[in-house]
Amino acid sequence: MLAGKAGPARQWAIDHQIRVGRYLGAADFVPVSQAHIMADTESLGVSGVEWLERLAALPEHERRVRIPTITDPRGTDFAAAARLKHQEWMLALERRVITAFEALGVLMTDTCINYQTIMPAVFGEHMAYGDTGVVIYSNSVLGARSNFEGGPSALAAALTGRTPRYGYHLPERRRASLLLRIDHTPHELHDWGALGGIIGRIAGDYWQVPALVGIDRVPTSDELKHFGAALASYGSVALFHMVGITPEAEHAVDRSLTVKAAITEADVRTFQAAYRAGVDKVDVVVFSAPQLSLMELRELAAMLDGRRATIPMLVVTSPQVKPDADRFGLTARIEAAGGLVLSGMCFYQSYAREMAEANGWQTLATSSAKLVNILGGYGYRPVLLSMRECVDAACSGRIG
Amino acid sequence: MIEFRAVAAMGGRVRGHALVAKDGFSARYDLNRVNGVFSRPEHKLAGQSYVGRILVLDAAKGGVATAWMLKEMTARGVMPAALALNRVNPIMVQGAALAEFTMISGFDVDITTVVPNGALVEVDAEATPPCLRVLAEV
Repeated sequence: MLAGKAGPARQWAIDHQIRVGRYLGAADFVPVSQAHIMADTESLGVSGVEWLERLAALPEHERRVRIPTITDPRGTDFAAAARLKHQEWMLALERRVITAFEALGVLMTDTCINYQTIMPAVFGEHMAYGDTGVVIYSNSVLGARSNFEGGPSALAAALTGRTPRYGYHLPERRRASLLLRIDHTPHELHDWGALGGIIGRIAGDYWQVPALVGIDRVPTSDELKHFGAALASYGSVALFHMVGITPEAEHAVDRSLTVKAAITEADVRTFQAAYRAGVDKVDVVVFSAPQLSLMELRELAAMLDGRRATIPMLVVTSPQVKPDADRFGLTARIEAAGGLVLSGMCFYQSYAREMAEANGWQTLATSSAKLVNILGGYGYRPVLLSMRECVDAACSGRIG
Repeated sequence: MIEFRAVAAMGGRVRGHALVAKDGFSARYDLNRVNGVFSRPEHKLAGQSYVGRILVLDAAKGGVATAWMLKEMTARGVMPAALALNRVNPIMVQGAALAEFTMISGFDVDITTVVPNGALVEVDAEATPPCLRVLAEV
């Protein structure tokens, strides 16, 4: 491949992987069974789209991916683009990327919850996953082996069928480096997100592996989804262990580790209150990041029955969940209450800055800790609330 | 001249004025890539232009978008000259590799405490071992 005998796409891919692997100390490669590519067009820009199109123009045998390869959310929901005030140039870029990926043999799943909907990893399975939430959930809850693979590297793995063996592909890297005692097991999803955010700030970087003791019940998949997504967002963390709950915790936490910090309910409330301070009026409510599961949509629909949103309320799910939400009447109930159910995008990957400017949005309420962490840099004033508080905010336009 | 050796680097030999903070780096979370400034209000460099500067920061943060964004920033010319970090994550390495961007990391001191803000510095990714040189203080 490096000599170019398999064509320029695979030549680029293996060269890219060698350079990344050398930097990060990989001794060799490991075969991977799936790749998951993050490639929204806000991140790619015109130059990235053109680069993908050059790969897509190669002969079929040179350009097709070698393993099942799926995609993270796209930059719009074409069915609702006008309501979001996405502009034609954004849609044109999105269409070009979709065409290019399809030519490469990529399945356009457009989801960041593939571990709930597509084909979850099996314990010990090596993957090349993009989207930090996918990586941390798959590593920690399912026992998969993946590093954060950004779009280019996930594509490289798809083209070569392997990835450099460093980081969380190595057993010794998966041991806990940081022990935390949790004195309060969260109840609601935004509490789990806040806990993830707090631990992410303590952990501080990719190479830390936090282990939690004290979680007093088995969390649901959605709870671990919000916890992991926030931990990965605030800390760039890719793997955690929960003693008594996650599959590697029993063997990955050394008895010599001492508790670095204890996290209480007051810490969670303080974390949430910091975002809420001084905010009264809300411009938009967003449920996204990660995309909502069927269970979250069901819960939201029940909260909205008999109520009416007075400000925009965006509800984002995956193309796999949306048909079931339609079939079960959840979409209709949410939209009857004034919500807009979106599919295949994620709010922060969908030209968030341009949406704010076009719609006059500044203060945004959400139940996603990950989203509040990201959107400050996009010019929003984000507020972290429970799902019920978000519904109240959507109906009144105010907080509290 | 003071020289700080690092564990790893990629790219070339780049000179510029340092923009230093004990804070993280993520292209999506921290930057307004249109205007070329740090935009996350909580970031210690909020409001400051990063264009043409050698960023000296603590750790790579955030999600996976930086892997594409460094190339996109390079194509538009609204980018730092180089990046020096105490600790990288794979995304930063992948992004630098795609964009042919100069980056260095893994010093035996906290690099954010020894490089003066505004100093003229040189990142030499071609040296063995790679290093960051402080050529002249402000």
